[in-house]
Amino acid sequence: MDTLIAQLQRQFRDYTISLYQQGFLDDQFTELKKLQDECSPDFVAEVVTLFFEDCEKLISNMARALDQTGNVDFKLVGSSVHQLKGSSSSVGAKKVKGLCVTLKDCCDSQNFEGCVRCLQQVDIEYKTLRAKLQDLFNLEQQIVQAGGRIPQVDI
Amino acid sequence: MTREELPNLAESKLTALVVDDNFVNQSIHQKLLSRLGIQNDVVCNGKEAVDAHCSGRNYDLILMDMDMPIMNGTQATKRLREMGIESKIAGVTTRANEGEKKEFMEAGLNDFQEKPLTISKLLSILHKLDFYVQT
Repeated sequence: MDTLIAQLQRQFRDYTISLYQQGFLDDQFTELKKLQDECSPDFVAEVVTLFFEDCEKLISNMARALDQTGNVDFKLVGSSVHQLKGSSSSVGAKKVKGLCVTLKDCCDSQNFEGCVRCLQQVDIEYKTLRAKLQDLFNLEQQIVQAGGRIPQVDI
Repeated sequence: MTREELPNLAESKLTALVVDDNFVNQSIHQKLLSRLGIQNDVVCNGKEAVDAHCSGRNYDLILMDMDMPIMNGTQATKRLREMGIESKIAGVTTRANEGEKKEFMEAGLNDFQEKPLTISKLLSILHKLDFYVQT
């Protein structure tokens, strides 16, 4: 019969794989995990926290710019989405990055409705990823608290 | 490459400066450098990089982002070269447009890598710039 640790480890493994298979994460997230070590055991959580703070700030900037009906500063929206695309790429947030590419295109063609729609999707997507990564970190914590080791997951 | 196979350059006492306005990238680039034993500082834009050198600081390697407020990477690289700074400067950017890349290189870069940076890309920079040390 499986121990609690083995069950949690299997859950962790399956959940991690599902995040990659469903396109939430890509190889860059794996690269971040490689940098985590005994000196900085919370490195990945710290970096993704910075990323989600970036998301809040930049999405808010873009929403404010798009609110200026008839006088939208598409250059400001463009530079904000460029930054968000950069940081989503750096943490391996695959879906968020893909939406940023679409939003950048809408911005470049000054497609107001497209920008508004896309920005809403970006907002939903980063919040979804934030919740999923929180679940993943909670699973890690449960494994450690049960006295187990976090398994290496080969994608 | 496993953790055990990563070369540790601590004995060479290399120093690096991370120039990037994005906190996510700052954090990752600093961690990449620390993992290879490279002491590093960070600044938020090209002007701060220039100011750091004006105040007498010097680095073996500068990781220079392209798009930054106040002074971008291209302008900062030009300025540092005009000041006679001979540090190796590697441009790192998400922009892949050939024209912008050419302009960045011509400003005085020694190497160029597309973000996001990884251990392999950083090792490639170090190897190309003759910083690589066999363990």
